[in-house]
Amino acid sequence: MKAFRCDLHIHTCLSPCAELDMYPRAIVRKVREEELDIIGICDHNSSENVASVQRAASGHPLTVLPGMEVSSREEVHTLALFDNISRLQHFQKVIYDNLPGENDEDVFGCQAIVNERDEVEGLNQRLLIGATVLSLQEIIDHIHRLGGLAIASHIDRESFSVIGQLGFIDPTFAFDALEVTPRLGLARARETFPELIGYPFITSSDAHFLRDIGKTYTEMWMAEGSFQELCMALRGKAGRHVISGT
Amino acid sequence: MYLEDIVKALNLRVVSGEERLSADVLGGYVGDLLSDVMANSKEGDLWITRQIHQNIVAVASLKDHAGIILIQGCEPAADTLDKARKEGIPIMVTDMPGFEVIGRVYNMLATKKGPDPST
Repeated sequence: MKAFRCDLHIHTCLSPCAELDMYPRAIVRKVREEELDIIGICDHNSSENVASVQRAASGHPLTVLPGMEVSSREEVHTLALFDNISRLQHFQKVIYDNLPGENDEDVFGCQAIVNERDEVEGLNQRLLIGATVLSLQEIIDHIHRLGGLAIASHIDRESFSVIGQLGFIDPTFAFDALEVTPRLGLARARETFPELIGYPFITSSDAHFLRDIGKTYTEMWMAEGSFQELCMALRGKAGRHVISGT
Repeated sequence: MYLEDIVKALNLRVVSGEERLSADVLGGYVGDLLSDVMANSKEGDLWITRQIHQNIVAVASLKDHAGIILIQGCEPAADTLDKARKEGIPIMVTDMPGFEVIGRVYNMLATKKGPDPST
């Protein structure tokens, strides 16, 4: 086993608030420069660029996990990570069926769907910056029904975090991990949230710009870069575990 | 100012905590970010929000609020209602938009005007 550098929360040019330079090949190039081993592609309420990033990464020693950052009706952001694209597509359908509104590019930004050669194939017209009509509990249940991991996004941020929106983390929320921003960092997360000792913590870049990639990562002790190994590491099973973050 | 005075004046529908309508309303607080409400609201506040998650009951209970008004036709989630009934936290609902609810509650509290004796 060895230490894998993971950044499970990276946006692409599909997220209206991310820069247009967040194309698959540019992301893969920067991720390789920063020597990351596993990344999660998590755009807001959509996953239409995940396959392109995976194809752009093929041939590189890099695991790209299919994911999404979904917004609940309480406007709490949660990362959903899955074993494969087909699970993610099922989840995508649930989310699209429950996501009202249409994007206004001038106001919120462009939502570019791109291929692995960084060519724009279309623009997503949905209001990806918006919130679904699903409750946080329903979202966690959907993720788990599809065998995915539900990770609370940036819990130390005031906006769009479970603690910001809902005041505290009720122990009935079956999060598989809690993410903190690089500003807080993993070491200080434990001191800041002693009551959340029962959950594993990770830190991610939440990169919306290429320059954000590599800003932080979480090291996991695992046998290989796979979704199953990540699940075991978060649960501390079979010798796998979260080592540290930056 | 008692909670029941505000309930009557604004024609609010009480869905839980009916037994505590005699509570004294000392002030008001408006917010949907529960972290903010926890940090800044005060004991005896009447909390006006459109957040329906069950954590609102915990926050209102922790901060000793007089009650919660849900605006714009928002109904409490089923588990929110259960919890509020169990803990005796008054939740009132109204179709009125927040702006109007807040203005009317503010006016009542600012002028300390109880129910109009002529009606």
